[in-house]
Amino acid sequence: MSTPVLDVRGLSYDIGATPILRDVSFSVAAGDYVSVIGPNGAGKTTLLKCLNRILPGGRGEIAVRGRPLKDCSQAELAQEMAYVPQAEGRHFDFTVFEFVLMARYPYLSPFSAVKPDDVAVVWHALETTGIRGFSERIHGTLSGGERQKVFIAAAIAQRAPLLLLDEATTFLDPYHEQEILDILHRVHQEEGVAVLSVTHDINSAVLTSDRVIALRMGEIVFAGAPGELMEPGTLQSIFGKPFTFTHHPVTQQRMVLPDALNAGQGKREGE
Amino acid sequence: MNGKRRKQVCLVVFFLGALAALCVCPWIGMQRLAFTDVLSQAADTAPHTIFWQIRVPRVLAGFLAGAGLAVCGMAFQAMFRNPLATPFTLGVASGASLGAAIAVRLGLTFVFLGIHGVSLAAFVGALGSVCLVYGLTRLRQGFSTSTMLLAGVAVSLFFSSLILTIQYLSDFTDSFRIVRWLMGGVEVMGYESVLSLLPLTGIGALILFATTHELNLLSTGDDLAMSRGVDVRRTKRALFFASSLTVGGVVAVCGPIGFVGMMVPHICRLLVGPDHRYLLPASFLFGGTFLTLCDTLARTVIAPAEIPVGVITSLLGGPFFLWLLIRGTGQRRG
Repeated sequence: MSTPVLDVRGLSYDIGATPILRDVSFSVAAGDYVSVIGPNGAGKTTLLKCLNRILPGGRGEIAVRGRPLKDCSQAELAQEMAYVPQAEGRHFDFTVFEFVLMARYPYLSPFSAVKPDDVAVVWHALETTGIRGFSERIHGTLSGGERQKVFIAAAIAQRAPLLLLDEATTFLDPYHEQEILDILHRVHQEEGVAVLSVTHDINSAVLTSDRVIALRMGEIVFAGAPGELMEPGTLQSIFGKPFTFTHHPVTQQRMVLPDALNAGQGKREGE
Repeated sequence: MNGKRRKQVCLVVFFLGALAALCVCPWIGMQRLAFTDVLSQAADTAPHTIFWQIRVPRVLAGFLAGAGLAVCGMAFQAMFRNPLATPFTLGVASGASLGAAIAVRLGLTFVFLGIHGVSLAAFVGALGSVCLVYGLTRLRQGFSTSTMLLAGVAVSLFFSSLILTIQYLSDFTDSFRIVRWLMGGVEVMGYESVLSLLPLTGIGALILFATTHELNLLSTGDDLAMSRGVDVRRTKRALFFASSLTVGGVVAVCGPIGFVGMMVPHICRLLVGPDHRYLLPASFLFGGTFLTLCDTLARTVIAPAEIPVGVITSLLGGPFFLWLLIRGTGQRRG
C-alpha cells in the first residue's frame, strides 16, 4: 500500500482538564472518501482542527503523506490539506474572485504579485463549482448555498490532495445540498482528491463514502465500510437511540428513516 | 477587472491629494508668507524661519502621525475582525497617557536620543498596555474578540483613574500640562520630532506592507487564515509589534489623537474595498492627509490660539463612530 495522505496515531486532545479526543487512530489513503459521524460533542470538529493545527498542541503522531505534522510549516500544511469550515453564515466584503484567489496564499512569498498560474487555478476552481458567473459579486451578497460553493472553490484552488469538510451541507436546502455533494463527488472522482468529511447526515455519509469513522465521547467506536455501519446494533451503540431502516431503491444500500413521532407504533428492524 | 481600475484611480487620487496637502498646508497660517521670502537664500528672515523651521516640520510630523495611526487602526480592525477595534479602543492611548502623566508628575526632563522624557515615558506606557492586552489573549484558549475589546475598555478605565489620581496629587502647573497633553496636538518645533517619528512609522508601515496577504486572510477568520497556511500566532505577534512601535511613537510625540485610526480605514474601505493590498496604501495616504488638514484647521481657526488637534479629530470621530454603529446594525437587519 502506498503512503496514506493522512496517518493519525494515538491522537489525544484536551481542553482544560476535559479530554475531547482520546487515543484516536486512523488513516486516509490517497483518493479515499472518509466520513466522520457521531453525536454532538463527540469531538468531530476538534479532530479536523487538530489535523490542520487550527487547534495546536494535541498529543500523538500525525503524519501527512509520510511526513510528521510537526515538521511542516503552516504554509506547507496548507499545500497538503484544504479546509471548508462549517457553513455558519460568515460573509465578507471581498469579491468571489478575490476570496478564492486568497487561497493561493501557501504558494506566495511576501510582497510577491499573483502569477498567471494562480489566476488560472482560481478560474478552474470557479468553473468546477459552477460559480464562474459570480466572480465579481461580493461574497456577502450571495445566498448561503452559493457562499458554500465559494468556500469549496477556495479549498479546491488550494490544490491540496486532502480536503477537510466540516458539515459542508448542514444549513443548506435539499437542492443546494445535492449540488454541493455533486461538486465534492466530482472533485473526488476527477481530481483524485481525498476527502475527510465531518457530517451529521448518516444517509449521505453512507451513500458518498468509501469508509466511515464514528466518534463517541472522543473515541473511535466504529471504523469500516458503510454497509457494516448500517447494522442496527452498531448505529444504536453510536448514537444511543434505535433507528428505523429502509433500503435505497437504486443502490439497495440500507438507509435510516426519521422516526414517526408516535413512538412504538412503527416497526423497527432489529427489535 | 473594472473594479481594479477604479481602485488604482482611487490610489492615484489619494496620492495627489496627499501631495497637495503637503505642499499647500505650510503656506496656510496666521502669518501670511510671500513666495519670495520663503524661497530666498537668506535663511535668517522671519518668514523663512516660520516656513522651514516651524510649519514644514509640523506638517510632516502631522502627516506621519496620521498615516501611522491609520494603518495601525486598519491592522487592528483586520486582526480582530471588529470595526471598532483600534490600538486606542484596546487601551494603548491610556497606557501612553499614564506614562506621560507619571513623567510630568515626577518632573522627568531628561532627553534621550533627541526624544523628550515625557515622550519616552508615553512610548513605554503604550508598549506596556499593548503587551498587557496581548498577554490577556494568551492567557486563555479561545479568547474572543468581544472579551478582548472589553478587556481593553477595562484597562483604559483603570489607567484613566490612575491618571486622575496623579492629576489630583499634582500642583496646578503639572495638572494643566497633563490635561493639555491628553488633548493631543502636533505642536512640534524643528525636525527632531519628525526624525523620531519617521523610523517608527516607517518600520511599522513596512512590516504591515509585508503582511497584506496575511491581513486579508486574518480578516476572514483565524481558522480560515490558518487553513490557508498563515502562521497566525507569528503574524499577530509581528502585527502587534509593528503597531505598538508606530502608535507608541506617534502618541509619544503628539499625544493621544483619537479616532484617526478608526475613521480613516473605514472611509478607505468604502472607496477601495477590503483588499489590504489597496487598503493599506490608501489608509496611509488618506490618514496622513486627514491629520495634516485637521492640524492646519487646529492652528488657524482661532489663531493666534490653537485648538488641540485631538479635539478636532474627536469632534469629527464621535458622530462618525455613532453613524458606524447605526449603519452596522441596519446592515445586519437587512
